[in-house]
Amino acid sequence: MNKIKFNLNGQDVSVELDPSLRLLDVLRDHFQLTGTKEGCGEGECGACSVLINGRVVNSCCFPLANANGKKILTIEGLAKTKRYQILKDAFHIEGGSQCGICTPGMIMAAESLLSMNPHPSDEEIRIGLSGNLCRCTGYNMIIKAVQKAAELGAGLW
Amino acid sequence: MFDPNKSTPKVDHEEKCSGEAKYVADIILNNTLFAKTVRSSIAKGKIVSFSIPELPNGYYVVDHRDVVKENYVKMVFTDWPVFTSERVNYIGEPIMLIVGPDKLVIDEIISQIKITYEEEEGVFDLVNSVAHKSFKKGDFEEASKRAVRTIKETFETGYQEQAYIEPQGMLAYLEEGGKVTLIGSMQCPYYIKNAVINTLGYPEDKVRVIQPAVGGAFGGKEEFPSTTACQLATAVVKIKQPIKMIFEREEDMLVTTKRHPSSITLEAKIDENNKVLGIKAEVGLDAGAYIGLSAVVLSRAMLAVTDAYTIDNLDVSGNVYVTNTVPTGAFRGFGSPQMIFAIEMFMTHLAKDLGVDPFAFRLNHLVKQGDLTSTSGFFRDPIIMKDMIKKAVAMSDYHKKIKEYSKPGVYKGIGMSWFLHGCGFTGDGESTHIKSRVRLVKDEQDIVYLYIAAVDMGQGAKTSLKRVVAMVLDVPNEQVVFDYPDTDFAPDSGPTVASRTMMIVGGLLARAAQKLKDSWQKGQYQEIIEQYKQPDYIEWDESKLQGDAYPSYSWGVNVVEVEVSPITYEVQLKGIWSVYDIGKAIDERMVIGQADGGITQGVAYGYLENMRHEKGKLRQKNLTDYIIPTSMDMPPMETVIMDNPFLYGPYGAKGVGELTFVGGAPAVALAIEDAIKRKVNRIPATPEYIMELINNE
Repeated sequence: MNKIKFNLNGQDVSVELDPSLRLLDVLRDHFQLTGTKEGCGEGECGACSVLINGRVVNSCCFPLANANGKKILTIEGLAKTKRYQILKDAFHIEGGSQCGICTPGMIMAAESLLSMNPHPSDEEIRIGLSGNLCRCTGYNMIIKAVQKAAELGAGLW
Repeated sequence: MFDPNKSTPKVDHEEKCSGEAKYVADIILNNTLFAKTVRSSIAKGKIVSFSIPELPNGYYVVDHRDVVKENYVKMVFTDWPVFTSERVNYIGEPIMLIVGPDKLVIDEIISQIKITYEEEEGVFDLVNSVAHKSFKKGDFEEASKRAVRTIKETFETGYQEQAYIEPQGMLAYLEEGGKVTLIGSMQCPYYIKNAVINTLGYPEDKVRVIQPAVGGAFGGKEEFPSTTACQLATAVVKIKQPIKMIFEREEDMLVTTKRHPSSITLEAKIDENNKVLGIKAEVGLDAGAYIGLSAVVLSRAMLAVTDAYTIDNLDVSGNVYVTNTVPTGAFRGFGSPQMIFAIEMFMTHLAKDLGVDPFAFRLNHLVKQGDLTSTSGFFRDPIIMKDMIKKAVAMSDYHKKIKEYSKPGVYKGIGMSWFLHGCGFTGDGESTHIKSRVRLVKDEQDIVYLYIAAVDMGQGAKTSLKRVVAMVLDVPNEQVVFDYPDTDFAPDSGPTVASRTMMIVGGLLARAAQKLKDSWQKGQYQEIIEQYKQPDYIEWDESKLQGDAYPSYSWGVNVVEVEVSPITYEVQLKGIWSVYDIGKAIDERMVIGQADGGITQGVAYGYLENMRHEKGKLRQKNLTDYIIPTSMDMPPMETVIMDNPFLYGPYGAKGVGELTFVGGAPAVALAIEDAIKRKVNRIPATPEYIMELINNE
């Protein structure tokens, strides 16, 4: 089996695994990075969102082979950053997390959105998070949390 | 003194954001095997034979022959087999588990299993009644004689899938001495414990149930996890190695319990002053293949018959029907959403048929303090619905909009629902069945530990219940510890259902905390156990369904504004406004979070979430074809929480969780009705149904 090399949360890694494995399973089972969740397994819910070269991707629909040479950031990697602290605080202030199963994915999507658009409108946030399903909040408080993060973290993105 | 309205940080916020919170799928034990279920592919028939390929080393079949004692899953009505033996009654019914170390090999084995059936014609209509209930109020026959008009309509509601984002999952292992331990996504640790004790025939101290983080439940993890727990307990006793079973979304969607489809016929007797003298109601619920707790769901549906209105004469009957379809079960609202939809539409339709203003007509029938409930109990507490309606009208600009949207050619609409929800178990359920107990322990360092079986499934119970104890004791939150429930330490404080957690369990905790405070001895170990006691005023006759069905009621008003496309008939939500009376908010931000999420599900039940079956085969099987709202479907929401403390609730709190759901569907259906100027009698009001209404006139 060929080695597949990529950068995971800032570290260069290489794995010898079936290249058709879902990136989600490699992250969870091989690297024990269980912050990336599985909700639907077919790219609908976004609980498995990770950033690949800075863009949000559903890791359940991403074969390991395609990770070769890419930069992959999971919630565990993002959690070490200042931007994450801002997002986490904003989600707290606005009450954006309930059961928490969508939250890491939601935060990854918010990071991706803010890095492309540091001051999104309400409408732009709704579009930016539309690939991430939440069944608890009705999104109201999540939208406000992203607005709050943009405000608190002005200059960081 | 702490202010209960003030919000505190959620205790699990950090770990949920960072992904460190451990849900059952995230828990890894050494030598864990995986299990997958082999299920019936037909809706009804006999299993004639099956062939299983030769199993590789380390792989196992677990089926009905391995059941240790009882091949039934204990729940309210015990008719679900753990594994079916000879007959299958729905598509997806569990026949056996395949257990082993590699999930791909398990899939390969399952693909080679051949089951031969003798297929029979399934039953899919509401014809086989297995539970019947009825009650009366006043004298409907006599009211009929005084009436000058009779109006009768039928309302239909469809399935709804809970669609928690974390699928069902359970992990079982044996502790030393053979104790069977289960960790899983659940709402009711003691339902699971009791079901496992029953199937294994074990004593209480040989079964342990532990709750990890739960990724949403909404009723879907009330009784269903007992079925997977019984299967895994059977497997772990046989194989003696940890076994994990995590459902994939498709399996979860196809075989877990859903909201009961219903058919509700209402007949009103009206006098010459446009007063509704009496209502006759017939309720039919589709239970699917097994009864489970459907008869209790039926009760709640029937009891909600007059919603927030007082009608003096009632003749109410209902049936639970079994069909060869996936079993239905608990879902936020528990029967009441079906009825509240029907009665809210009906009251509006009555006014329209009588040629009077629906708002004024409904207001004339609005319930007041001191009125009799549908079961001739009393509405004892102050009812502030008139104020709430006034607020909702002002927030949404309701009167102006309803006038404006009535013009022909305008496809905009606004709808308003008024509703109540009985808090806690129906009737004397709390005192005769649940008998909740809570336990507080103070150690020598004066740290106070909460031992209760209440589950935090996202609603914030871990934060709010801890806070109630801290507030009563007047100590900082950090001095109180509330870990996830573990039945080895927590007594049975009842299931986390029925909007009872804050009012009942929180109330017990407040009393226990007061006792601890009164007897506080610094530096000493102390333990307080508090048991539920029914308020003296409650009188309930379960056999006749008469008396006080609930210790108290929460109240709500929802307004929904929509625009319907005259070309595609798609519905777009334009605004949502809500006002709730939940007694007192313990942590207002958390309550508004519940409110936002509740109405989102409720509104989606009314217009968006569509699930159907064809001869027992569900047509929707993933989040790709079963559509739940995304951030783009939802408009901004505005919510007001009233202050109307309930004497027996902790700090005046009543129930929240379900209340915020039940008004959504009628509000959106009334808004659609207003936009298209045709009566809506069925939910979900999909574009196809709206087209039918517009074109088939």
